[in-house]
Amino acid sequence: MAQVTLRKVVKAYEGGVQAVKGIDLDIADHEFVVLVGPSGCGKSTTLRMIAGLEEISDGEIAIGGKVINDVPPRDRDIAMVFQNYALYPHMTVFDNMAFGLMLRKFPKEEIKRRVDNAARILDITPLLERKPKALSGGQRQRVAMGRAIVRDPKVFLFDEPLSNLDAKLRVQMRTEIKKVHQTVRTTTVYVTHDQVEAMTLADRVVVMNGGIIEQVGSPQELYHNPKTRFVAGFIGSPAMNFIPGRLENGAGALRVHLPNDIVLPVPAERTARYQNLAGREILFGIRPEHLTEAKNLDRPHFAPMTATPEVTEPMGMETLVHFKMAGAEICGRVDPLAPAAPGQPLPMAVDMSNMHILDPQSGRVL
Amino acid sequence: MSQGTLSVPAAPAAAPPRGGALKRLSRRNSTVAFLLTLPLILLILGLVVYPFLYALYLSMLNKRMTRFIGWENFTFLLGRETFWNVVFQSVLFAVSAVLLKALIGFVLAHVLHALPSKGQRKWRGMLLVPWVIPPAISTLAWWWLFDPSYSAFNWALMGIGVDPVPWLGQAGWARFSVILVNVWYGSPFFMIMYLAALKSVPDQLYEAAAIDGASGWQKLRYVTFPMMRNIISITVLFSLIVTFANFDIVRILTNGGPQDTTHVFATYAFQVGIQSGDIPLGASVSLFMFPLLAVFAIFTLRGVNKRSKEMA
Repeated sequence: MAQVTLRKVVKAYEGGVQAVKGIDLDIADHEFVVLVGPSGCGKSTTLRMIAGLEEISDGEIAIGGKVINDVPPRDRDIAMVFQNYALYPHMTVFDNMAFGLMLRKFPKEEIKRRVDNAARILDITPLLERKPKALSGGQRQRVAMGRAIVRDPKVFLFDEPLSNLDAKLRVQMRTEIKKVHQTVRTTTVYVTHDQVEAMTLADRVVVMNGGIIEQVGSPQELYHNPKTRFVAGFIGSPAMNFIPGRLENGAGALRVHLPNDIVLPVPAERTARYQNLAGREILFGIRPEHLTEAKNLDRPHFAPMTATPEVTEPMGMETLVHFKMAGAEICGRVDPLAPAAPGQPLPMAVDMSNMHILDPQSGRVL
Repeated sequence: MSQGTLSVPAAPAAAPPRGGALKRLSRRNSTVAFLLTLPLILLILGLVVYPFLYALYLSMLNKRMTRFIGWENFTFLLGRETFWNVVFQSVLFAVSAVLLKALIGFVLAHVLHALPSKGQRKWRGMLLVPWVIPPAISTLAWWWLFDPSYSAFNWALMGIGVDPVPWLGQAGWARFSVILVNVWYGSPFFMIMYLAALKSVPDQLYEAAAIDGASGWQKLRYVTFPMMRNIISITVLFSLIVTFANFDIVRILTNGGPQDTTHVFATYAFQVGIQSGDIPLGASVSLFMFPLLAVFAIFTLRGVNKRSKEMA
């Protein structure tokens, strides 16, 4: 059993700066949890506190039900993969992977069996006699993972393990990490600033910002039901569009009234949810993928509009169009065959069933 | 930049050869490289190669430097007991002093490294003092501390009821004293080299080792020490050469005495060559250092080279 529990965990530095401001988190056994957020949000610090590399200023961290606040890293039964791999340059790949086992006085045959097994999983058997200098970035990353796997620890900790790889290799290693987790099923805490990595790898994503947890949820949950403006803007690429406006009753229905007299009808199934907000200033949020070329306009929750793209970015499978709407810079995603061209008015459709209404003061999704 | 590199020959049509052979020669990169290194080559020729060859030539002359006598000076030395004493003392002096310096330097570097960076500078500066003072001056102070009549050490020893020690008067104690002063003088050099090496070991390696389960001692043995091996080798080699050829400390403290027991190659060569007026014999004494150090240097540098190729 290796669940990880964080209770009111605080990391404060000298001078009173708080990197982590009292977070609570429960990670289940076998779960793959990704901590994601911008630089300085406290995600790495949180991971390092779990690892024992940073002292916990306040609160409690437990692994497998046992509080480990004052347990040194080597007795926490964890393994960590570092951003710069942190391989020992004077040791061969085999010795790098065997080091932790050797220090724990495992018998030679057992060490060899485990290293060979991990090398097979990671496809690095032919590299075992090499030194790290003779390896490529991707191979070093595999060795670093191998070093974690051979230990068979309670928890894997990954600290931005893919940041030093080029884009193509990163995608490949991402799949590799997921595959490894599906094989070994060890509880994993993974830190990244890349929301795509977070979404693709995680069972659950923890979005952090400014030392607090903004939201915890499955990738789908975070995408469809963000709770705050930060999460709504952070998850998804390109980011969600936000336009300030007002909710009002008009023509017998609830409507979103945006500047420049743009009026969008609230779909019937959402009317009850927003009815008591009528007359209030709100922030209207809509993802680029829900601002498409004119289609499905026969369906009730698709509202027509016209945009004049300033810039178009063909991506192959879709084209991103950037335009001004109600005074805000807006991005939409249209079919590559749609007649999108800069300066040419383009009929578009807003999928109102996927809109979000936020409180402009608190930033909460209403 | 691209003019006349070997891989990109200048197109003849674009750059027709103008001027004489000298101009063409000066365009070649190898010529430029040679000219740029010429000052250093001349310096080495003048200060290393010429004195070495001249010493070789001198060592093959008779005492009055009138006749070429081949290897006779060398065979004469090999047959003398004093010379073998000098060889023994030089090796004892250099090896024990270097080992002690390496050990003390290692410990000091670790202690300094563990200090918070605020206090570190102050301590580093203070610990460097012995190495910064010219050894001729500091050795005089030591000589005074060892002096038979005014020895501060003996005064302190008497204070706790221990008999005075003949620091420079007895072979064993005199050997100990010259080594002690040399260690005092040379340890800071090791300390500063090791400190630089320690600072270049990435923190993440220690973090990885901590998670792998290493204790403090194991981190030292499996991470710090292997990462520092090249620096240790080079520092030991360098220090061995300098210590082996030490002159000032022995000359001032004991002048080779008592009964030639503390002579090292340099002081013995000085005594034979300058003070006794047999320059060819003195030159032969000093030349004996060369093969001893060369063998050691070759092995050390080969190891350093191999390791630096394997590691990043």
